[in-house]
Amino acid sequence: MRVLVLGAAAGHLALPRIDYYSVLPELVLLGGALVMLAVSSLMRRDLRSSVTTGLAISAGLASLSLSLLQWFQVSGRGGNPHVTIAGAVVQDGFSALVSVLVSCAVVLSALVMDGWTRREEVMGPELQILMLVSASGAMIMGSANDLVVVFLGLEIMSIALYVLAALNPCREESGEASLKYFVLGAFSSAVFAYGIALVYGATGTTNLPQIADYLARNVLLHDGLLLAGLAFLLVGFGFKVAAVPFHLWTPDVYQGAPSPVTGFMAAIAKAGGFAALLRVFVSSFGLLRSDWQPAVWVMAAITLVLGAVLALVQSDIKRMLAYSSISHAGFVLLGLQAATARGVESSLYYLFVYTFMVIGSFAVVTVIGGRGDRSHDLARYRGLAATHPLLAGSLAVLLMAQAGIPFTTGFLAKLEVISASVGAGSTALAVVAMVSAAIATFFYLRVILFMYTPTGSVLLPAPVGVSTPGSVSGDEGAPLPVGAGTAREELADPFAGGVFAGDLSAGASPASAQGVGGCDVQPAPDTRGDGFGDESDALGGEREVADNAESYPADDDDLFLTGGIASAIALCVAVTVLFGVWPAPVLDFAHRAALLFLPH
Amino acid sequence: MSLSGNWYLALSAVLFAIGAFGLLVRRNVLVMFMCVELMLNAANLTLVTFARMLNDIGGQALVFFVLVVAAAEVVVGLGIVVAIFRRRSGEGTTADDLHIMKG
Repeated sequence: MRVLVLGAAAGHLALPRIDYYSVLPELVLLGGALVMLAVSSLMRRDLRSSVTTGLAISAGLASLSLSLLQWFQVSGRGGNPHVTIAGAVVQDGFSALVSVLVSCAVVLSALVMDGWTRREEVMGPELQILMLVSASGAMIMGSANDLVVVFLGLEIMSIALYVLAALNPCREESGEASLKYFVLGAFSSAVFAYGIALVYGATGTTNLPQIADYLARNVLLHDGLLLAGLAFLLVGFGFKVAAVPFHLWTPDVYQGAPSPVTGFMAAIAKAGGFAALLRVFVSSFGLLRSDWQPAVWVMAAITLVLGAVLALVQSDIKRMLAYSSISHAGFVLLGLQAATARGVESSLYYLFVYTFMVIGSFAVVTVIGGRGDRSHDLARYRGLAATHPLLAGSLAVLLMAQAGIPFTTGFLAKLEVISASVGAGSTALAVVAMVSAAIATFFYLRVILFMYTPTGSVLLPAPVGVSTPGSVSGDEGAPLPVGAGTAREELADPFAGGVFAGDLSAGASPASAQGVGGCDVQPAPDTRGDGFGDESDALGGEREVADNAESYPADDDDLFLTGGIASAIALCVAVTVLFGVWPAPVLDFAHRAALLFLPH
Repeated sequence: MSLSGNWYLALSAVLFAIGAFGLLVRRNVLVMFMCVELMLNAANLTLVTFARMLNDIGGQALVFFVLVVAAAEVVVGLGIVVAIFRRRSGEGTTADDLHIMKG
């Protein structure tokens, strides 16, 4: 930017050289989205789901192979970062790893979204288009070399995610989640923009290496402006990655958004947010680490503890996974707090394995949610192993990986961040992390125990000592007459949070009374106006209630499992187990990416 | 008459604080959008002021990026609001109406 302006002052335009090859993965994703948009607007009918999914998967695979190609080039060059577009974008091991990660997330999510689209009979390519755009934003954040490019990547990613969260036309929670995400996301973007302005004022540049140079050459006597800017940047990133004082949107958004979108959002927002956070803080503001490390220390500690503790009391699986994702963010923050090459390496490794765990888990949740994507109560998972052994087994493996059981990728990821933290001298934080991991094991294992409890023993108490509102309502469900069961079912889903579900155990009459009140949250078909999805909504609702009244929890034909979702789940489980048993390739990948990123 | 750049910085800080406070306090969704705009424009004013103080035009160029982002955000935000509140006719546009999910 500056090159261009100086050239103009001298009378001729010196345009920056653009190396299109180094931004090709981003361009492929964006191009795929534009092609799909153009084709679908030229066609008379909506594109079939198989076509849009095929396009999205091919875009994802193309960008995956391009990113891998870039990775081999970068490691062949011996790690010299390649800066292009007037210093705005950098291509190094770090950016290549993030690109690989995001491409994998795109392919897996495209498969899951395909199954969801078919089940919900939602027509149109919007889901896949927005997913590709959002992924390109996350990729841009990984290769950004300028605070403004970080900001633009953040916005490209987030604005698409706001719309994605609203894309379930049948559930009112979806729109609510979207609006909540939007308001808090816009707030965090504004905070981030103000942080950029302050850093620019303090250092005179927004280019990340130039900021590092400036800090290396000057000793700041009055660094209040810079530190304020740094604090604002940390707040902005904290919102995106759902670290604790800024996590309030996470449970609602994760619960309300369509399940495949939730998995994608969890993977992408964490990957992009942490990629930019690590690059900005460790490489540019590395010299100020003694100033920001204490803040990150506190943030990581409360994120770890609150994420794990609040997940214990959830009765909705998506809310539980939301709090678990908050606790995962705490673990990744450990690597940032260490601020060493090893810390960066372990954070990258964590992000890599987390992507597969979370997309796989939400793929299973998508299938079990049933038509309408409504049934996410934990009680629905009771006895799942008897009816759907493979699904239950996959979810068990993925949850064990999230809990950090050995021989899964999750164990090594936790081990790496904790040892990086100890290596950097933050032993107290490492202890907090281990305690939090121990607490977190409870709620993961509770779901697994639920799944492997036979259906016949519904009246048994909850397997683990922690009795949740959800498990209580599940226990009370069986003795109630069928009518009361219907009312309870209608209610338990919209008000899946602990407060309302807790009232249900009181008995049939309050449940039915609230059921009448609960009906107004269901969209009335005639007020919609556009006629979109009315039929399927009404049918889906009735059918689900009928199914659940007959036999609770899961009914066989209620689950709609396509080949796409099945292969996505299988891929996630395979990666989780394979690289858990044989971790060398991914560990080496992350290690070299971190070394290339921080040569000293 | 010349005015020190610090006045502009103070003004933008005050605008930013008003926007942040308003976003947290006001319950009307449209007013909340306006507060976000106020915060983004405070960031813009800061960027322009610093660009003048540092005699560097780069900061002024950044303002255009922020403006574009703000425009895109408002388009999407208003779209979401319209989609939600058309679905639930006869209710207000306040954030307190959105209380399905809790816990």
